Amino acid sequence: MKNLLMIGWRTLTKPSGYYSLGALVIGGFIAGIIFWGGFNTALEVTNTEEFCISCHEMENNVYEEMKTTIHFSNRSGVRATCPDCHVPHKWTDKIARKMQASKEVWGMLFGTINTREKFLVHRKRLAQNEWERLKANDSLECRNCHNFDYMDFTEQSERAAYQHSTALAAGEKTCIDCHKGIAHQLPDMKGVEGW
Amino acid sequence: MKNLNLASIAGLMVLVLAPVFMSFNANSADKSEINTVATLRDHTEIDVQKEPNRIPKVINKDIKQTRNYPMQPPIIPHTTRSYEVNKNNNKCMSCHSRQRTEESQAPMVSVTHYMNRDGNFLAEISPRRYFCNQCHVTQLDAKPLVENTFIDMHSLMKQKTTSAKEH
Repeated sequence: MKNLLMIGWRTLTKPSGYYSLGALVIGGFIAGIIFWGGFNTALEVTNTEEFCISCHEMENNVYEEMKTTIHFSNRSGVRATCPDCHVPHKWTDKIARKMQASKEVWGMLFGTINTREKFLVHRKRLAQNEWERLKANDSLECRNCHNFDYMDFTEQSERAAYQHSTALAAGEKTCIDCHKGIAHQLPDMKGVEGW
Repeated sequence: MKNLNLASIAGLMVLVLAPVFMSFNANSADKSEINTVATLRDHTEIDVQKEPNRIPKVINKDIKQTRNYPMQPPIIPHTTRSYEVNKNNNKCMSCHSRQRTEESQAPMVSVTHYMNRDGNFLAEISPRRYFCNQCHVTQLDAKPLVENTFIDMHSLMKQKTTSAKEH
């Protein structure tokens, strides 16, 4: 066994005796495209709503709840899918979030929230994770679509225009501070700021 | 005897048929009557499916409206779409509760909402007043189906004093 490993190691460390440098470079380049492309394609597959709701935990709870909200059905027909709000769009942030999501795979395997009752028990903690994340990145995922610079306050209701032109404009508050539970139902909000 | 029988039969016939004829008449009267009463069907014939009306928009102007009588629960002058009022949360109270009104500048729910049925004041909104929508409702930007002839006490008294002066 040890010998076998040693042979493998020597092959890797020795310069190539058979293949031309050109073949190795081109071969490596093509293999790189295939691996990198494959990796990114697989990553993008996990970044679709179909993938998210392929687990019943997501389909029966959060997806069902979202169906009644304005982010699912509205006058202009633009809708948000799961990754639009829950996965950062920038590549490095996305990879970081995807690595965190391995915890969710663990939860799926061990059935942490595999019934509605269990889900409701964990709901506050799960919601708080998302609130904290959005608070920390200044509601980046909201702002991917809702750009402050292009908001027309005259089109908003009086109260909305007031809040947006003061607290939001000054940067004292970010979207998630007020707009909690806009796409899913709320947990028990006891002790949450602003409730 | 035979004549009597015929007479009684004729009498019975009249008794039986009269309501039928009358109901025919009543029916035709009812029909025109039915078609004049305002309903969501808008005088559509009974055997025709009506094209539904547009769904009116909720009035969202944030302007208080007059109450028609002092005990009327004030109406909600803004939209309440997807406001959760359930076991976990009461979205309305996140602006209208006592401790939230400074930040929200919304009117506080009246003090009676903090009273239990024995008249004791509670720290939080009383469970019997928890479901806001049981009394407070939003208003739609819709044409009323029937004219409202309600006159409030104030205008009634005014009318009375002016008519008394005339006499």
